[in-house]
Amino acid sequence: MPHDHPGHDHDHGQEPPSDIALRVKALESLLVEKGLVDPAVLDAIVDYYETKVGPRNGARVVAKAWSDPAYRARLLADATSAIAELGYSGGQGEHMVAVENTPSTHNMVVYTLCSCYPWPVLGLPPVWYKSAPYRSRAVIDPRGVLADFGTELPPDVAVRVWDSTAEVRYLVIPERPAGTEALDEDALAALVTRDGMIGTARL
Amino acid sequence: MNGVHDMGGMHGLGPIAPETDEPVFHHDWERRVHALVIASPTRGNIDAGRHQRELIPGPEYLSMTYYERWFAALSEMLVKGGAVSAEELANGVADPVAAKATPRLSPEMVAPALSRAGSYLRDAPSPPAFASGDRVRARNLSPAGHTRLARYVRGRIGVVERCHGAHVFPDSHAHGRGEDPRPLYTVRFAARELWGPDGAPRDSVSLDLWEPYLERA
Repeated sequence: MPHDHPGHDHDHGQEPPSDIALRVKALESLLVEKGLVDPAVLDAIVDYYETKVGPRNGARVVAKAWSDPAYRARLLADATSAIAELGYSGGQGEHMVAVENTPSTHNMVVYTLCSCYPWPVLGLPPVWYKSAPYRSRAVIDPRGVLADFGTELPPDVAVRVWDSTAEVRYLVIPERPAGTEALDEDALAALVTRDGMIGTARL
Repeated sequence: MNGVHDMGGMHGLGPIAPETDEPVFHHDWERRVHALVIASPTRGNIDAGRHQRELIPGPEYLSMTYYERWFAALSEMLVKGGAVSAEELANGVADPVAAKATPRLSPEMVAPALSRAGSYLRDAPSPPAFASGDRVRARNLSPAGHTRLARYVRGRIGVVERCHGAHVFPDSHAHGRGEDPRPLYTVRFAARELWGPDGAPRDSVSLDLWEPYLERA
């Protein structure tokens, strides 16, 4: 069984195509020949997920929540609608819930059974989020996971883990970093990281 | 099903390996698999697709990457749904006498379709049995088919935090038994309830669980 080696793209350079690459190509050719898919549609789908969604969308949501108390209230009450106000919606974001970090609570999101993830606001998930080590450990050892990501959480801060077992998707609203009072939404959004919105990091 | 996919709470599955500046896709074939899963007429549904990936035998499941699993499940679903025959899949050549189809998506339909705000909320067949604050036990069930009742909460007591209304029930939907909507709840379990003294005293895990998974505690 072929494996991915993150960071090394075997589809480029002089290496021959892998077995899986050939099998995927064969399936695509078959489906095109049968008239079941249009290759231009596949290109458009890839473009959508590479350029239209991603953690910059979620960062806009967080920055607005930090800057605008009324928006924050709407986001915490009905995240799906509040996120749609900014133009973000679609598959894997049908039922959004925003969970807010505070000085006494840290939130972390996982899906232990597979890899569900809020695509409209965070894009497609990183490999580690979909992999067995994170899915298995996040629920039993969230503090160890945070430590692996470089955050030692004090024992008096409670960890709330959200295992997204249904179609509800969670977005963590990190704490606004100190000393950012003068920043506008664009500058605030630049501070928000993907891992901060999954909850494997603090900002 | 009590498969290896249900891995919450396991030890020993290796280190978490974050990657700096990770690309959305690592290989061109991953791009094509992702797009094919969305564009193909698999005649299944999202829950049937998830179950198909769970049916990959455990040792293979653990050795495959995410998109290898997607590809394996897509191939199975296409044959099961009758979109392609096993012979066509094996040979990579379309049966010359089969009628040529028309793709269900065109390029200009893609962005509107992918950003459409869908919903899994349905009219409730009956009022919800539980309310926020109720203590509930996750039932000890071991269905052989698809379920979202993760093993690590079975038999454990938690508190209902929220009712989301009635949602499509994956245990039925994955198996072609219709949407069968059931009330969906967020239930919060203390880490100590799940893991005993190895859980941190203030920590908790919340899961979204359908009413048939729960009983009053």
